[in-house]
Amino acid sequence: MNYLKEFTKGLWEKNPILVLSLGLCPTLAVTTSVTNALWMCLASTFVLVCSNVLVSIIKKYIPSHIRIPVFITIIASFVTVVELTLKAFQPNVYNSLGIFIPLIVVNCMILGRAEEFASKNNILVSIFDGLGMGIGFGLTLTILAFFRETLGANKLFGLTFIPGMRPVMAMILAPGAFITLGLMLWAMNSFKSRKKKGG
Amino acid sequence: MEIKVLFTILISTIFINNYVLAQMLGLCPFLGVSKKLDSALGMGLAVIFVMTLASFITFIVYKYILFPYEITYLRTIVFILVIASLVQLVEMIIEKTSPTLYQALGIFLPLITTNCAVLGVTVLNIDSGFISTEFGLLKSIVQGVGAGIGFTIALLLMAGIRERLETADIPKNLKGLPITFVTAGLLALSFLGFSGMKF
Repeated sequence: MNYLKEFTKGLWEKNPILVLSLGLCPTLAVTTSVTNALWMCLASTFVLVCSNVLVSIIKKYIPSHIRIPVFITIIASFVTVVELTLKAFQPNVYNSLGIFIPLIVVNCMILGRAEEFASKNNILVSIFDGLGMGIGFGLTLTILAFFRETLGANKLFGLTFIPGMRPVMAMILAPGAFITLGLMLWAMNSFKSRKKKGG
Repeated sequence: MEIKVLFTILISTIFINNYVLAQMLGLCPFLGVSKKLDSALGMGLAVIFVMTLASFITFIVYKYILFPYEITYLRTIVFILVIASLVQLVEMIIEKTSPTLYQALGIFLPLITTNCAVLGVTVLNIDSGFISTEFGLLKSIVQGVGAGIGFTIALLLMAGIRERLETADIPKNLKGLPITFVTAGLLALSFLGFSGMKF
């Protein structure tokens, strides 16, 4: 079957951030450090996979005109699970991600997958779709966070990156996030158009 | 309480902690609806309206229902449902009472449900501890209005710049989203200048 295809499409071909430009708020806001990015990836992937599974189980029973509120309620419940779990076991992560944990609810990537994929496909495929999208989202986040943390704070996982280098403060603040993502998109566009020309 | 406190909240949410350019909330509509000035204005007005109402209602719901009955962990679910139904209600009322306003704002209203700035401002109202202070309701409403105005200013600035970018000579691969992000980065850099303001 095409499980592998459903999994890999999230990584590159339909990458939620770089291609579909969904879920931008957490992408830019939590990528001040790689650790934050990885936790955000974990939390979002968990919510995405769980909501995909639940939506695809009950898809037949949801009346189509109230499906969006139903999806949002499902997503919000899983987000609450994540919120309470992090608060209990990882208070540091809970504090540093702050408001962006409850805001996973309005990450359009998750609602988009529920609407576009899980409500039309069976459970197993939906799991693979959720995993692929979640990991694709996380990978982009990690790359962005790597550039911002190393250039902006000269740190990686809390350790000094290059001894003696002076960090550029703006990279860790909002402008750095916008500009880095803009340049990443530029690089990806160039890569794609070169590939098209070559092939 | 002095009027100064309210003024400080208003100015800091509009400029210093601008929801879009400093806190990176509500980026999806910021990028999606900033192509034309008049649609940017329509979206901005709709957001101010909904944010003000949402701040008012969620504050009351939190203070008099969730908090006394110790069910504050339901905050995320309750708030998103309040916002979704509020948006629906506002849409219906505007449609019945003022067709002109509906024509101007109508298409933007459904988009607001998934605007994370709206959920963001309601959650931040609670997190800033307004609940236990005097005139908490008034403070959270002011924060809601300020957040809406800040969002509108950012959106209008961006739309003005993007209208001009249309005719500019930009490398092919940088066109579209990448250059928009870089522009947003420069805009954010200029808003960083406000961060030194103190009252």
